Amino acid sequence: MVDRIAHQILEKTSGAAETVLLGIPTRGVPLARRLAARIATFEGAEIPVGVLDITLYRDDLRLQATRALGHTEVPPGGLDGRRVILVDDVLFSGRTVRAALDALKDLGRPRTVQLAVLVDRGHRELPIRADYVGKNIPTSIEESVRVSIAEHDGTDAVVIKNRGAQT
Amino acid sequence: MIKHLLSAADLDAAAATLVLDTAAEMASLAGREVKKLPALRGRTVVNLFYEDSTRTRISFEAAAKRLSADVINFSAKGSSVSKGESLKDTALTLQAMGADAVVIRHPASGAPHRLANWVEGSVVNAGDGTHEHPTQALLDAYTMRSRLKRLAGLNVAIVGDVLHSRVARSNVQLLHTLGAKVTLVAPPTLLPVGVGAWPAATSYDLDAVVPDSDVVMMLRVQRERMNQAYFPSEREYARRYGFDVPRMRRLPEHAIVMHPGPMNRGMEIAPEVADSPRSTIVEQVANGVSVRMAVLYLLLGGKA
Repeated sequence: MVDRIAHQILEKTSGAAETVLLGIPTRGVPLARRLAARIATFEGAEIPVGVLDITLYRDDLRLQATRALGHTEVPPGGLDGRRVILVDDVLFSGRTVRAALDALKDLGRPRTVQLAVLVDRGHRELPIRADYVGKNIPTSIEESVRVSIAEHDGTDAVVIKNRGAQT
Repeated sequence: MIKHLLSAADLDAAAATLVLDTAAEMASLAGREVKKLPALRGRTVVNLFYEDSTRTRISFEAAAKRLSADVINFSAKGSSVSKGESLKDTALTLQAMGADAVVIRHPASGAPHRLANWVEGSVVNAGDGTHEHPTQALLDAYTMRSRLKRLAGLNVAIVGDVLHSRVARSNVQLLHTLGAKVTLVAPPTLLPVGVGAWPAATSYDLDAVVPDSDVVMMLRVQRERMNQAYFPSEREYARRYGFDVPRMRRLPEHAIVMHPGPMNRGMEIAPEVADSPRSTIVEQVANGVSVRMAVLYLLLGGKA
């Protein structure tokens, strides 16, 4: 699936020049690193990878207990005038991406912003779509989609289950 | 997370570390073009200052503004306090205006604790009398950690007017929580009664403590709180407890010199020391904003 996204990116951006990958914690970060590695093997192009923590930009910040902050890391060279591709594991309501767009606006002015996700599960609540999708998985709103990444969870997997169901 | 920050003892090791880690993330904001985060949009922070202050008030104001909170500054001079309004009535006024957090500095020890019972929002102690100044301790710990990369096991000497120092009280509590070893160094007259019960060693001899110290924190001699003679003369005090160049030379290579400010140059700290690369005095002020942002975010950011 990551290969697929990498190829899509290379195809659509004709070689991924002037491109920066920004992973959204937690699982978007290792995904962005893997994508960059794949693109490097396919095309030989080194793509800078950064991290964009969106905690302080969430629209539900006030509805939950205080969250710990993640780390934001802008790759050397900055974001101004470049193509920024946001990377996340699951695209669901679109609220995370909205928060990421808000966070991005405080960091600089990219030429274009695109979105790559491993899984698009539907049920958008905002007018947001992904440019690169690993797999579209139509789901019911009752189901939950969990992506596990080896760097973070010890194994690579996408698990769909009924919410509230026993594991 | 806790609701109020009244004392450094309110924080256990995990909570204190969370504040320091959050502050480290907040510090990355300083390098950005847009130095603003939306986390506290629409929240109101009142700075209630009954005592003069430059650093702390400006630092809290900058911190709240960088988090997009609305800030109301109140100083006792020029307010109804000079007409005789009590702390409680002032508190109820603030309550009626819908303050989400009150940052209070007061000459009376314990005033923030009283205030916490009267208002619904969070109360942050920004220094109460000779009692506590928890955000100063947090920013000192943050400065030590960023310079020396650790806190556990550090030897910290806190030198000078411990008796009148809320900074010393908060620092002893917090550094003990975080695993550092604190030695208080002062003339016998400037050590408080009951200091034996504090989680810190004491000494009257600065020269004996200096060679083993990773951090030397000089305290201001608080002449405004001294109503009697605590030491024979300023020259004698500076000679025995002032931090001068020969003492700095006897420090270990990596050691740092701190001062919470404002300084009495030539009294507790020599100008050459204050302006040396070992001194973290200006750094402490910069770190103060990050640490106070972290405190305000952790107290106010989530669901009330």
